[in-house]
Amino acid sequence: MDQFTLNLLFVGASFALYIGIAVWARAGSTSEFYAAGRGVHPVTNGMATAADWMSAASFISMAGLIAFTGYDNSSFLMGWTGGYVLLALLLAPYLRKFGKFTVSEFIGDRFYSPTARMVAVICLIVASTTYVIGQMTGVGVAFGRFLEISNTAGLLIGACVVFAYAVFGGMKGVTYTQVAQYVVLIMAYTIPAVFISLQLTGTPIPALGLFSETTATGGEGSVYLLTKLDQIVTDLGFASYTEAHKDNLNMVLFTLSLMIGTAGLPHVIMRFFTVPKVSDARWSAGWALVFIALLYLTAPAVGAMARLNITNLMWPNGTGGDAVAVQTIETAPEYDWMLTWQKTGLLDWEDKNGDGLIQYYNDGSDAMAEKAAANGWEGNELTNFNRDILVLANPEIANLPGWVIGLVAAGGLAAALSTAAGLLLAISSAVSHDLLKGQLTPNMSEKAELMSARIAMAVAIAVATFLGLNPPGFAAQTVALAFGLAAASIFPALMMGIFSKRVNNVGAVAGMLSGLIFTLVYIFLHKGWLFIAGTNSFPDTVDGSLFGIQSTAIGAIGAIINFGVAYGVSMMTRDTPQEIKDLVESVRIPAGAGGAVDH
Amino acid sequence: MAEQSTHAKVAEDGAGYWAANVRIIMISLIIWALVSFGFGILLRPLLSGFAVGGTDLGFWFAQQGSILVFLALIFFYAWRMNRLDREYGVEED
Repeated sequence: MDQFTLNLLFVGASFALYIGIAVWARAGSTSEFYAAGRGVHPVTNGMATAADWMSAASFISMAGLIAFTGYDNSSFLMGWTGGYVLLALLLAPYLRKFGKFTVSEFIGDRFYSPTARMVAVICLIVASTTYVIGQMTGVGVAFGRFLEISNTAGLLIGACVVFAYAVFGGMKGVTYTQVAQYVVLIMAYTIPAVFISLQLTGTPIPALGLFSETTATGGEGSVYLLTKLDQIVTDLGFASYTEAHKDNLNMVLFTLSLMIGTAGLPHVIMRFFTVPKVSDARWSAGWALVFIALLYLTAPAVGAMARLNITNLMWPNGTGGDAVAVQTIETAPEYDWMLTWQKTGLLDWEDKNGDGLIQYYNDGSDAMAEKAAANGWEGNELTNFNRDILVLANPEIANLPGWVIGLVAAGGLAAALSTAAGLLLAISSAVSHDLLKGQLTPNMSEKAELMSARIAMAVAIAVATFLGLNPPGFAAQTVALAFGLAAASIFPALMMGIFSKRVNNVGAVAGMLSGLIFTLVYIFLHKGWLFIAGTNSFPDTVDGSLFGIQSTAIGAIGAIINFGVAYGVSMMTRDTPQEIKDLVESVRIPAGAGGAVDH
Repeated sequence: MAEQSTHAKVAEDGAGYWAANVRIIMISLIIWALVSFGFGILLRPLLSGFAVGGTDLGFWFAQQGSILVFLALIFFYAWRMNRLDREYGVEED
């Protein structure tokens, strides 16, 4: 059986499983559609949250970004896990006690203002839509590879599948489907990593293998994997893997922005409405992080080991010997993956100096210029290596058996689909439940509400697909922007709503708007207006940026502005009424948490 | 009268419960920031003396250590708060 058939078989079988579960648990009433009747155990909920959370960004994109940058991209690892601490300590138990269905309902009630609710809905839609753009980038990469078609065609097919899939289930369908998806995706991520860790270090646990000695040194005896990696990448003129090259300010702000954003994203917070009790909400966040950590502790090992493998493949005789020959790439079976990925347009090479060899090195490095001149090299010949392909190509790069490659295909699609579905659900509930039923047409029937939810999903996915064709960055980078937006708008409002009795309606609205607008404008100034390439006023680099802060890190500043403005404006305007102070009191104490209250 | 004093006592207990909760949160968040922003980024040069598998302790904290500490923090908080709920008698039925 060839690889293409095997991939289709794995992907097809996993899909049949998810769709089967979705049909079996199809949502009936609106209450089930949004919050699954609140009957979900913390461990089950944690697993579903993990699947929901670990998207194309975590699964497909993150290890690739770490692989090609090293230590500097540790921000992704700390940021996307550290946010759960904020969520567990500052938000989850209180929002569960509050006992409504959506984040914006809490903001509308706590700040006793339909305007505040409306602003929250807008913030949610902006952040979630940006997030879906990142997911669609990942969906395009995954479908493009496994159907062996171009990235663009893959994206269009993927969009149709995501839509059909999200429309089918509600949260309930999604909850049990996501448990299945978690199992598929964690196996798909860890099994190849275990194989590769065994090949390179003899350690079956990749997280430990990262810090072990490697035997793949070409007869130099054994050295630490990271020492070896540092040595070969610097030999080729790239920045060392383990040292810091980014300024501390940007790294701290970027990490903080991802953390706060994690605790401000609607599709994650919504999960904590579905557990039966306040104490369960506390445990749920912990269980979610357990399941997430299984992938996150493996990811840095995947990145480092893949970088080592790729470099060794490009320089089979060591960095001092001859580079790989074009003919070898075209004929040798261990280079087959390069030919298949070339079809997607995400990997390419060119023999610029016509010596029949492909030299992969950093042609931007001054130190390499001399060596290149001496050897007659005319620039880096591995001309395109899209970061987002690394995880999916990883088992092929390491020459693992066909079934592992098929499994990774299924896992990558599970990751992208589950999060896209969760986000579409958040967007559709924001539009139909909060905007239409809550504000514009309160007398809407349940049937009309479900219909408008589905129309909102269709519009959101169309926009995301359009922008996903020309994404503002690799999947994880686009997703990082969404986190910045959530960090600057939603999280501060939620936290102040619980921890302060003084912040009032005017303050909250002013805070959310200033945080959102500041962050959005800063991102657009660097990434282009509405993410359309070429319309940016500043280059998206640390040195060229407006305040010396990268657009991916600006969310942390936006959050500080939000806190400051909200507090300042509140102090200058009328105090909160007594019933709001009572509401805050009651949210702070677990006793008396009832079932779900629909309004 | 009796009813009023019970009411006042509940309010006082509520304040005590909340203050205790905020204290636990503050301590947890200091540890949270120390392992990530501290050991992982800003204080990494100070930890360069501790070698871990071909690199230093700061690199380990940035890529793995902080995640393990985050996990411990969340489970500690859930356990501690569920006990605090019972101490103040504010747990759910």
